Amino acid sequence: MSAVLIAVLVLLGLGLVFGILLGYSSIRFKVEGNPLVDQVDSLLPQTQCGQCGHPGCRPYAEAIVNNDEAINKCPPGGQGTIEALADLLDVEAIPLDAEHGEEQIKKVAYIREDECIGCTKCIQACPVDAILGAAKQMHTVIVSECTGCDLCVEPCPVDCIDMLPIETTLNSWQWPVPKSGVELIATDRNPGIALEADR
Amino acid sequence: MKNTVKVHGFHGGIHPPENKKQSTGAPISIAPLPSRVILPLQQHIGLPAEPVVSVGDKVLKGQLVAEAVGRISANIHASISGTVVAIEPHPVPHMSGMEAGCLIIESDGRDEWIEHQGLEDYTQLPKQELIEYIRRAGVAGMGGAGFPTDVKLHLGDDHIVNTLIINAAECEPYITADDMLMRERAEEVLGGIEIIAHLLKPLHIMVGIEDNKPQAIRALHAALDNSPLNLDIVITPTKYPSGGEKQLIKLLTGVEVPSGRIPADVGIVCQNIGTTTAIYRAVIHGEPLISRIVTVTGQAAGHKQNYEVRIGTRFADLLDHSEVRREQMHRLIVGGPMMGITVINEQIPVIKTTNCLIAGTIEEMPPQPPAQACIRCGMCEQVCPAELLPQQLHWFAKGKEFDKARHHNLFDCIECGACSYVCPSNIPLVQYYRFAKAEIRKEDEEQRKADHARIRFEARLERLEREKIEKEERRKQRAIEAAAAQAAKKDAALNIASSSAGNRPAAASVPDLKQLKSNAAIARTKLRKAEKALANAQEKGLDGIETLQATLQQLQVKSEQAEKAYADAQNAPALQQTPTAPVTDIKQLKSHAAIARTKLKKAEKQLAAAQETGDGDIDTLKAQVAELQAKSIAAEKAYSEAESGNSPVTTPGIDTTELEADIAALQSKVDKAENAWKAAVESGSPAADKMAAGVEKLKDKLKALQDELATARASASAAPATTVDSTALEADIMAMQSKVDKAENAWKAAVESGSPAADKMAAGVEKLKDKLKTLQDELAQINAGSTAKATSDSGTEAHVSIKELKQQVSIMRTKLKKAEKLQAELPEGEKDPALDAEIAELRARHDAAQALFDAAEAEKAAAAAQQGIDLKQLKIDAAMARAAVTKAERALSKAEQDHKQTLEEELLAARAEAEKLNSTLERFSE
Repeated sequence: MSAVLIAVLVLLGLGLVFGILLGYSSIRFKVEGNPLVDQVDSLLPQTQCGQCGHPGCRPYAEAIVNNDEAINKCPPGGQGTIEALADLLDVEAIPLDAEHGEEQIKKVAYIREDECIGCTKCIQACPVDAILGAAKQMHTVIVSECTGCDLCVEPCPVDCIDMLPIETTLNSWQWPVPKSGVELIATDRNPGIALEADR
Repeated sequence: MKNTVKVHGFHGGIHPPENKKQSTGAPISIAPLPSRVILPLQQHIGLPAEPVVSVGDKVLKGQLVAEAVGRISANIHASISGTVVAIEPHPVPHMSGMEAGCLIIESDGRDEWIEHQGLEDYTQLPKQELIEYIRRAGVAGMGGAGFPTDVKLHLGDDHIVNTLIINAAECEPYITADDMLMRERAEEVLGGIEIIAHLLKPLHIMVGIEDNKPQAIRALHAALDNSPLNLDIVITPTKYPSGGEKQLIKLLTGVEVPSGRIPADVGIVCQNIGTTTAIYRAVIHGEPLISRIVTVTGQAAGHKQNYEVRIGTRFADLLDHSEVRREQMHRLIVGGPMMGITVINEQIPVIKTTNCLIAGTIEEMPPQPPAQACIRCGMCEQVCPAELLPQQLHWFAKGKEFDKARHHNLFDCIECGACSYVCPSNIPLVQYYRFAKAEIRKEDEEQRKADHARIRFEARLERLEREKIEKEERRKQRAIEAAAAQAAKKDAALNIASSSAGNRPAAASVPDLKQLKSNAAIARTKLRKAEKALANAQEKGLDGIETLQATLQQLQVKSEQAEKAYADAQNAPALQQTPTAPVTDIKQLKSHAAIARTKLKKAEKQLAAAQETGDGDIDTLKAQVAELQAKSIAAEKAYSEAESGNSPVTTPGIDTTELEADIAALQSKVDKAENAWKAAVESGSPAADKMAAGVEKLKDKLKALQDELATARASASAAPATTVDSTALEADIMAMQSKVDKAENAWKAAVESGSPAADKMAAGVEKLKDKLKTLQDELAQINAGSTAKATSDSGTEAHVSIKELKQQVSIMRTKLKKAEKLQAELPEGEKDPALDAEIAELRARHDAAQALFDAAEAEKAAAAAQQGIDLKQLKIDAAMARAAVTKAERALSKAEQDHKQTLEEELLAARAEAEKLNSTLERFSE
């Protein structure tokens, strides 16, 4: 009888101790906000371009997490972002929604400085403060800060902003994907070699 | 020769055919002086150097032509003497085959050295200065990546360097540049090692050399006998890639460099054998790195041997010199066959890292057969010197599962090509790894950029929020101040209201004056600013001076107008006051007459005295007297006339003019008091009750006065009715209108900028518009009221519609004005067609309303005529309407002019209109 009592008491005590421990840690290590939103946000390209229909990357991340928004509405991120999101959220990766734009090569804004009238409209439009200038002064884009979001092009009253593809330099050049040769037959590619080999 | 240290082993490795014998037959020969050299500004990882010479400059051999930028960058020196002919993009030895910035020097054939001198005793120099000396010589690693050597020499500062390893393995097939260098210049090699050892102070120095270079080993041993150096020459078995830095370290020390770390982290520094000679030459002879040993080999080459080649020599020159048979040459490879790159363009120059050129025939370098499917044989895994799983990495790279590839330590791959070499399916494995590495680096870069962008975006949002709050606070502050000012004004108004009635008209005209004054001031400031801008522009010779001048002129005109208006307004009260005091006039006339009489008498007396004494200017005096007499007569006549003229008015005992002025003053007082009262009620002030009582009292007074006036009028001839009402109202309307316009503009701007305050603003504009309408209604009522007074006896049913019509006309007018103002505000030459159309439509509507109004008036007049009313009144009304129309037209024509100016004119016009109405009233009360 006493053995049963001891067992019950020990289990009760353990339950109490762990309960207190869990209760304390749930207060002590409480996570503010939804960490999933942060994770989704960190996967988005942060161009803040609004092509997804949300006013920035974070609102889109919130919509994805809270409102089951589709994950294929981010053209700047492209398929890579969709796959990363699908991976994170454990959903099927779907192709990019063409309605919101197509995946394009990376571009940066470039102001034709001779034509700039110094209206500051593009400065106000830039979500990352990548345009430098003052009223009635020529503006210019800080290329290293430009996300290529396109938002400055529309407000320009004299259309002096171009979106130019980023030039490849020796440092930014990349190895291309190797051509898969599995489908090729040796004699198809260079019949000369095969003939030589026969001789 | 026996090794003194134990040689370890490394995993994997291959034994490709060496093909080294072909190029070791002949000693190093010096390549002929090239006619031009091409010096790429970037010959290694890091930043490109910055040219310090310009096109056309004469340079000497060894002269600095481009300076290092940043830490990982190397100086570049002219390798020949001559002229800089271009600094432009030119093909460079790079996997991409792209062009990059190059400095091109045309030889003058003299090959003239710049003055240079080595250090007599480098051991006397502080380490930092010695390293800087080596850095200035542009020495970079001559083995593979061309890493600036000085960076490695600095490693002794923050790392404990136990072991210095000199890499003389030269494991790639075909290449014999280091081999020949050691054979022929062993002293230089050891001298360089001495310098490095002096800088790094290692405990142990090892030279790693493959056992396929026995002559080089012998030469080194021979040189070592005469050297103070204590080093071990470690002979390693020939195996590719034992020359890899990490592999050699493993071989010589058994230590494995951890993934993602550098050898210095485990106390080891590696230097290439070629680099040691470059250091030696730089320090002992003061020669910068301008030449290097290049092996030219391959079956297509005529003379397979090593050349000492100037940096920047084009491949074509070198190939010509070694008599390469171009027709046999199938591929030109820079570097070794395992890790080198195939180039097509022979204009590419030799750079600091170019150690070998292979002119391969098709048999020697057959094209890569097509890749077949992976059969999972696992041979790649067995040869991988980095102990990776090449097959897995291949699958991941192919499937673009870069994260997995990364987790399988893709970045530890040294791209040696051993796996590709053994692959039975000919899969270009290394290309896959390079592609995957590039993709991962790109992703990392993008992630880094995205994080950076997010930080900036969030910072921006925070800033905007902060600015908004600050703005709101400022606005609140201003509102409080404005409320205080308003309250003070109200108090003042109350005080004035309780004081004498005579001050009222003057007080009423004060705000107007103030506004005009501030207008003038604003115009002045604008003018000054424009002048300054013009001066600035002229100084700097900027464009657009003409535009600025035009603006300046416009502003000048505006400023003058504003000031004139202000001056006119100042004079106006005096003029207005004169007719209100005809009584004083008479009195004045009387006193004038008296004065004239006294003067005359005095003059006459003087004249008499002068005549008696017989001196003085009698003639002048006489003339004076005559003049005075005339004056006196005139004054007396004027006085008598005035008295006789006034007598019918004054006989009833009450002066109607005075009464009217009183009424006007009282009326405005009442209005003011009422407004103040309303404001008080709105703001819930406790003084409201008192104010209400005051207003009542004032109203009573007004009524009494009006009654009095009525009686006076009844008895007397004519008296102008009060016009203050309508004028004041009209002025109010004008002010309101401008307010509305301003608010609307602000609202539009807000909507454009997408400000959240736009909704509020819209509400504000609506409110203002309502107010304006009320005021307009009031005016219309008053106008109608006066008309009604004028036609008091006629049919009242016509009035309502007329009133309404008039109201409509006035509304139309306002709308038209607004539109015109908008148009005027547009910059010149940028007329908005939509706006123009709107104006036209508004004008049409205005005209239509006017016509309707006129018609109604005519109808009414006819009705009035039936009842025996004078037709003149009708005419007057018509004239009034015409005045309104002309006013609108004037506003249109002067749309360019200042807004205030227009308003002022409209105010005057409105006054004229009201006066006309008055006269009608007068006539009817007759």
